[in-house]
This record gives sequence, C-alpha cells and structure tokens, in this order.
Amino acid sequence: MGSRASSLLREEDIEEIKKETGFSHSQITRLYSRFHSLDKGENGALSREDFQRIPELAINPLGDRIINAFFPEGEDQANFRGFMRTLAHFRPVEDNEKNKDLTSGEPLNSRTNKLLFAFRLYDLDRDDKISRDELLQVLRMMVGVNISDEQLGSIADRTIQEADTNGDMCISFSEFIKVLEKVDVEQKMSIRFLH
Amino acid sequence: MLVYYILLVLISVVTSDYSTVTSYTFQIYTLVFYGICHSYINYSRVFPVLSINYDYVQMPFEVSLWILLASLMKLGFHLLPVLSGVVPESCLLIVVGLLVGGLIRVMGKNPPVLDSQLFFLCLLPPIILDAGYFLPIRPFTENAGTILTFAVLGTLWNVFFMGAVLYGACRLEAGRLASVDLLSCLLFGSIVSAVDPVAVLAVFEEIHINELLHILVFGESLLNDAVTVVLYHLFEEFAHAGEVTVGDVFLGVVCFFVVALGGVLVGGVYGVLAAFTSRFTSHTRVIEPLFVFLYSYMAYLSAEVFHLSGIMALIACGVVMRPYVEANISHKSYTTIKYFLKMWSSVSETLIFIFLGVSTVAGPHAWNWTFVSITIVLCLLSRVLGVVGLTYIINKYRMVKLSGKDQFIVAYGGLRGAIAFSLAFLLSSDDFPMKDMFLTAIITVIFFTVFVQGMTIRPLVDLLAVKKRKQSKCSINEEIHTQFLEHLLAGIEGVCGHYGHHHWRHKLNRFNKRYIKRCLIGGERSQEPQLISFYNKMELKQALMLLESNSSANLSAGVTAAIPRQRSRKTLNISKEREEEIRKILRGNLQKTRQRVRHTHTHTHTDTHRHTHTHTVTHTLSHTHTHTLSHRHTHTHTHTLTY
Repeated sequence: MGSRASSLLREEDIEEIKKETGFSHSQITRLYSRFHSLDKGENGALSREDFQRIPELAINPLGDRIINAFFPEGEDQANFRGFMRTLAHFRPVEDNEKNKDLTSGEPLNSRTNKLLFAFRLYDLDRDDKISRDELLQVLRMMVGVNISDEQLGSIADRTIQEADTNGDMCISFSEFIKVLEKVDVEQKMSIRFLH
Repeated sequence: MLVYYILLVLISVVTSDYSTVTSYTFQIYTLVFYGICHSYINYSRVFPVLSINYDYVQMPFEVSLWILLASLMKLGFHLLPVLSGVVPESCLLIVVGLLVGGLIRVMGKNPPVLDSQLFFLCLLPPIILDAGYFLPIRPFTENAGTILTFAVLGTLWNVFFMGAVLYGACRLEAGRLASVDLLSCLLFGSIVSAVDPVAVLAVFEEIHINELLHILVFGESLLNDAVTVVLYHLFEEFAHAGEVTVGDVFLGVVCFFVVALGGVLVGGVYGVLAAFTSRFTSHTRVIEPLFVFLYSYMAYLSAEVFHLSGIMALIACGVVMRPYVEANISHKSYTTIKYFLKMWSSVSETLIFIFLGVSTVAGPHAWNWTFVSITIVLCLLSRVLGVVGLTYIINKYRMVKLSGKDQFIVAYGGLRGAIAFSLAFLLSSDDFPMKDMFLTAIITVIFFTVFVQGMTIRPLVDLLAVKKRKQSKCSINEEIHTQFLEHLLAGIEGVCGHYGHHHWRHKLNRFNKRYIKRCLIGGERSQEPQLISFYNKMELKQALMLLESNSSANLSAGVTAAIPRQRSRKTLNISKEREEEIRKILRGNLQKTRQRVRHTHTHTHTDTHRHTHTHTVTHTLSHTHTHTLSHRHTHTHTHTLTY
C-alpha cells in the first residue's frame, strides 16, 4: 500500500503543495499516507463519512464544524490539495518565513490567517460577523445539553458586550482579533508535524 | 499624730475652711493606710502585687517578637517607595538581619543560627504551598518538557561541572585545599547548584516579567528539588561509606525516579483525600480552610519521612486538590485560604531572609579567597553554559522558540538562597572537615546572587525590553475562544492521526469529567461544565465589586462602566431597567451587608428578546440558590451556590 500511495502523488504535485503551504517533503508524504488510510473508498478524495469514521472527531463537540471546514463551498469531496490547504493553517509559525518569497501575500499559517480560520468556524453563513445565534450554537455544542437556554443566552450577551466596539451586536473579524490579542495564538493553534 | 490631725480637721470644719479640710482629710487617710500596711508588714510574708516570671513565656514570646519584627520591617520598606523601587525586598531584609545579628553580638550574646529543622519544617512549607496552590496550570503543562529539562539535566550539568572543576582547582592550589576530595566537591556542587524557589519568588515577584519566563525559572526551581535531594543524600551516603561502585551509581539513578515520582504520588494521594473531604463540608464551613492546610502539610511531612521530595509532594497536592476543592468550598473559605497562604508565605519569606543575615554574623567562618572566588565564577559560568546548551536542544522541539533574551533572563535568574544554606548546615563536621569553608562560600554565593543579580535584574529587564506580564482581567471571550481552540486542535490532531499535546489533554479532560468529578465534587456542581462555573465566578466577582462601590452615586458609574458603549436605544432601555433593579436591591442590601448572614440579591436580566428572567440569588447558610425563571415555560433550577 505504501508504494501505491506514493505513486499516486507526483513530484510536481508535491512541489506545488510545498510552495503553497510550506510543508516539507517528508511531512507531505506522511500526510498523504494518512489521507490515503482515511480514504476507504479509494477514489482519491474524502467524503464526510470518511471523516466521521475518525473516533476523535466523533466525540469532539465541534466535530461537525471541523469536518465542514475541510470541504470547500458546496462540495462534497475533499481532495488532497484541499486537505493540505486546511492543515497548513496549523503549521507552527517560523521566524525565517518572513523573508520567504511567496506567491500570495501572507503564508497560510500566519496569525491572521489562523484567526480567520477559527472565525470562519463560528461564522457559518459567511457574512463576516458572528451573530448572537451563531455564538449560541457554538456555546450549546461546547457546553452540552444540561444548561438552560437562558443561561447560555446571558453568557452570549455578555460575550458580545465585551467584544463589540461598534455597537452592531455582532462580533466582526477585527473585533475578534482584538479580543484575542492577549492570547498566544501562535502556540495555541499550532500542531507539531513531525519531520 | 492621728489625733492631732483629727482635731485640726474638726477645727477647720467649724471654721468653714474647706481647703484645709480636704488636705488634712487626705493626710488622715494616708496615715490610716500606712498604719494598716505597717501592721501587715509585721507578718513574715509580703503579697507580691507585681512580679516577673519570664521563663514561663520565653519561647512563644521570642518567636512572636521575631515575627513582629519581621512584619514591621516589611511595613517599613513599603513606606519608603524610593528604596523599594531600586533595591529588592530580599536584600533589605538580609541587611536588617545583619544589623540585628550585629546588635545581638555587640550585646554579648550569641546570635541564633537558622536552625535547619525550623527552616525545613516550619518556614519552607508555607511558601511552597502558596506557590503550588496558585500555580498557573496551563502555562506549566504547556512548557513542562522545557521545565523538566532545565530542572533535571541543567542541575545535573551544574553539579558535575562545578564539582569537577572545583576538584581540579583544589588539586592545583594545594595548601589548605588539598584535603578536599572529589566527593566533597561534588557534594558542595550539588548544594550550590540548585536554583532556589524562595529567592526566585522574592525577586521575580517585583519585576513583573512575562508569564513564560516566570514559569520557566520558577518551575525549574521547584522541580530541581528532587534532583538536589537525591544527589545530596547520595553523596552524603558515599562519603559516609567511603567507597563507590558502579552498582551504587545505578541505584542512585533509580533513587532519583523513586524520589520524584514517589513525592508526586504522595502529594496526589493527599490531594485526592482533601478533595474528597471537602465534598462533605457543606455543614461545617468554618473549618474548610483547615483541611486544605492540614492535608498539604501532612503530604509534605509524609514525603519527608521517606526522604522523598517534600516540595514535589506539596506542589502535587496543591495542584490536584485545587479544582475540586474550589468547586466545593464556600466563597469565604476560598478567600480565607488565599489570604492565609499569602500571609504565611510572606512572613516565612521575611523571616528566612532576616535569619540568613543573622546567621551570617553568627556562624563560624573560614574564608578562603581561592575557593570562594572560584565558586562564584563557576556558578555563573556553569549556569550560562547549561542554559545556552540546553536551549539549543530544546528549541528543536518547541513551537515557540526561546530567544537570546529569554535565555539570558533564565540564566541570570538562577538565584541561590536559603535552601542551599540549610543543606550545608546539616552536614556533619566529621565527614566533612571543610564544612565551615563550604558554609562561608555558600553564604557568599547567596549574597552575590541576591544582591548583585537581584538588584541588577530589574534595570536589565528594562534595558533589554523583555516582555512584561500583561495585565489582563478575566474575560469571558478569552475563555470561550480558548476552549474552542482546544477542541478544534484536538479534532485536527485526530484528523492527522497525531497523538499530540491536545489529544492527551482532551482525553484527560473527558476522563476527569466522567469519573473523577463525580466522586470528588459534591452536589450538582459535579455536572457543571467549566465554562458555566467560570461565568458564574465572573458574575459573582462583578456583583461584589458593585457592592463595594458602596453608594448609588457610584452605582451609575459602575453600571455604565460594566456595560460600555451601549449606543442603540433598545439596549439603553435595558441597561436602565437593570440599573434600577440593581440600585433598588443594593440600597436595601448596603445597610444589611455587614450584619447579615443571609441576604437576597435579585438580578434582573432583560435581553433583546423581550422576556424577562429573574434569577433570585439567595445566599443562605443552607445554600440553596433558587433560580426562578419567569419564562414561557417555567423552569425552576435548584443550583447549589455555596456562599
């Protein structure tokens, strides 16, 4: 299976992914074998069922949202490029990256892009604002079923109150960034992909 | 004589000369009294009206006097802001100790030395418990690998480097130093190399450095206790036995693991016991803090019985016990615990430094220029080399690398303190004839690190523009988003098939929630998610803040500060309504706050969806918090909020 996996991934693909995401060669091949082991249907792309089979995601309160993040708008299949693009957000930030010449603006794993990824997980309807209802949904997922709606509602109100600076009763992306300025996002949103 | 005066009084009365009457009457009384006394004196025994018996109270009196002196000194320093801005408190206290010691010496008596038993059993535990109970867990676990590396490998490197080089120097020097053998040097190295938690706390507390560096240096100072204990006992045993084999060295390594893990285990067991006990204390709130203190102290003492690391036991006990105990105990007990710990640790710290100064004046000294100067130079050198070398290795595994500035602060913050002194004091003079020289050298090193490094670290921190601690109030946003990110990362790690940090933490949390919390937290609190308890705590804190602002005039300012930037008309109505409610309640409560045990506090929440829900928070002795919600579907929630 190992040889078959690597034969499906061509060198030029690896190079392109490397340039786009910043992963190293060995990291890409390793993640490709993981991708392949998840792909039970063996059609070169992952479906939602493949993700739901992962035990950790099944018990994770945010499981569904995480799965959705891997699928681009409206599609049902996630190919390897998309898989890697999503995972690239979680690469640790390196200092020498600042000098690298990249095709498009900031690297995928910059602080802003990491926060944007997290923001999009809250903001399902993609209107660039976290409304009270969206916040309530996330809170409900994290807290479980035993807590009353009213209590969650007051928490949500309090949250929006704290973050909202322009009075629109929603959290925009800039307000989101401001609220998290004291949190060490670079460390909290990074996974050590072993070499 | 008496008759004469009586006659005079009678004459004065007759002639209406009242001033003389009073003066002569007074003289009569005096005479009568004197007569009575005189007649009693004729008996052989005198009843002592005032007598002195100092021996009865000597011990407690002197102890109290020392503590009072220490506290007054502390008070004095803070009244002189100029001095406390430049010189760290620890230095001033040592100077005071020197002065007091000198004073006692001048008076002819021998100044007391810092008794090791007193130090290890009475003065050190409060400081460590305070540190362990309030240890910030998240930064600690995130950097656990780095901290352990510095603590274990760093200390080992320091010990062997110093021991070896000192031995070489002693060989070269000859003369008086020729009798110092390798084992003594190694033992000396093991005593001197350990970074001291008391000194680090005292100095770092004042410079407000960023959390990462603080936890690195402080965590290292706590965890290296295990290494120090093992090496100290090891070398002491070897010196006693006189012969070292390879098997002994291997046993030494095994001993290290036993000491460290055993200490943690003992602490953990006592912590679980404390948490379990606190589950049942809802009827006897008054002695709750006592359980916390007693169980922790017992953990320390039990570990010391088996020569395990007492410090690690204490830390483990505090860390394990805290989340469960805080969920169970009342708010007042929590405050009591916090302030008692702070008070005891503060007093202990002050006493330790003062005694250090006094012991310097007292102790037998054997000064040797070569030995002392080499020791100081070696301490600095081995520390710097150790930190730089280890950081190079550690940075390969860290996500947020340690920069040069960070390394400098970590190296420079390696202060030595009273633990080294006490350990040296415990050495027996028979096995170690150079004990006095060691003591002198250690005291010099301690003085050097505390004075020179302690005083210069603050300007250096400013000079190098090291990041300071961010003053952040607790924010529900940060809490929610941090938890969100943790879930997210755990999920992504699952997708990658990577069993990393987040995965294990997630697993631990789930295990905790499902099994442990159910056992150790009483009542309904066991089901409460962390977010809810955080939110409740925050609301309680804010309500208390509003109460403390203590007048309706301040109230509007307080409320509008708590609800900033309400621009839309709808929300202004809400805040006003809320304001009125709170104002009404607080006006009623403010008079009763001090005397009453039971006070009702109604909290009206109106939100944009136009249904009012009133939470009536009734703090009573039996602690039922009835949560009545007037909502479309009436929902009565009995929530036990302990107060």
